Amino acid sequence: MKSTLAISAIIFTVGIVTLPVVFSDNSFESREGESHNSDVASISHPLYKEECGSCHMAYPPALLSTASWAAILNGLDDHFGDNAELDAQTHQTISDFLTGNSADNSNYRRSRKFMQGIDANSPPLRISETAYFKRKHEEIPAKMVSGNSKVSSFSQCNSCHQDAQKGVFDDDNVRIPGYGRWDD
Amino acid sequence: MKHLILATLLAGAVSSLAHADSNNLLQQYAQQGAGTPSAQRGQAMWQQTFAGSGEFSERSCASCHTSDLSRAGRHVKTGKDIQPMSPLVNAERLSDERKVEKWLLRNCKWTLGRECSIQEKADFLAYIKDAEAI
Repeated sequence: MKSTLAISAIIFTVGIVTLPVVFSDNSFESREGESHNSDVASISHPLYKEECGSCHMAYPPALLSTASWAAILNGLDDHFGDNAELDAQTHQTISDFLTGNSADNSNYRRSRKFMQGIDANSPPLRISETAYFKRKHEEIPAKMVSGNSKVSSFSQCNSCHQDAQKGVFDDDNVRIPGYGRWDD
Repeated sequence: MKHLILATLLAGAVSSLAHADSNNLLQQYAQQGAGTPSAQRGQAMWQQTFAGSGEFSERSCASCHTSDLSRAGRHVKTGKDIQPMSPLVNAERLSDERKVEKWLLRNCKWTLGRECSIQEKADFLAYIKDAEAI
């Protein structure tokens, strides 16, 4: 009896100690890199970050279709005018990561929206060429982006979407350099 | 003071690491036929302008990295910041042979429109390694 009590006490204590951890796990971090207020998973792939994130933001794979990623990866020797070729092994690893977590292989609300109207036979090569992206950014005047030296182009999500690297793209986190919040 | 000594020792260790790697690469280039590397030639080529097509009709290493290796640069297309190239101010530079080879391949192709020769790579390396000495 005594030992049963002792075991119960241990279980109870361990339970109390671990409870907050389990609780926070479930409510804020349901999956690795995905917090409750993330739109899509944050980027936690070191090789992808290093190889692709050296020249531009490491874009979340869940914002483009498998067909788009495949097309981009097939043309890295002329990557929007730049040479971004990878050795065969690195290419394969990054390809697996991007296509495995692409918009059509993800179940985020935002991913489904990015898939709307995508033609797999001529997939867009830029996130900013997708119909959904265009619709979401059409009201933003050019002076705030292309005419803004601190932004320059739509390809730098994180210039305005402050938590883009964490996969968060909602309006509340937008601060346009030189202009501040964006209220639409 | 203690921290300063520690930081100095650490910086020294890291920078000699970069030296070990770039010296190793220079040795390999020599074995592949490169003559004595010249930092002066490397510097001249760094600042030379090459003809390109499309959006960037004039290209040089300095387009993205500036002509001062101790300064941060900016990717001419994406606008992303690029950390300084000199290992004297950025200990990470030249500390990984694979990275050096990868970037020389990619960036020679973009800037010059072709791969760099072994001699040119040796000259670039000599220039970047000891930029302050020039």
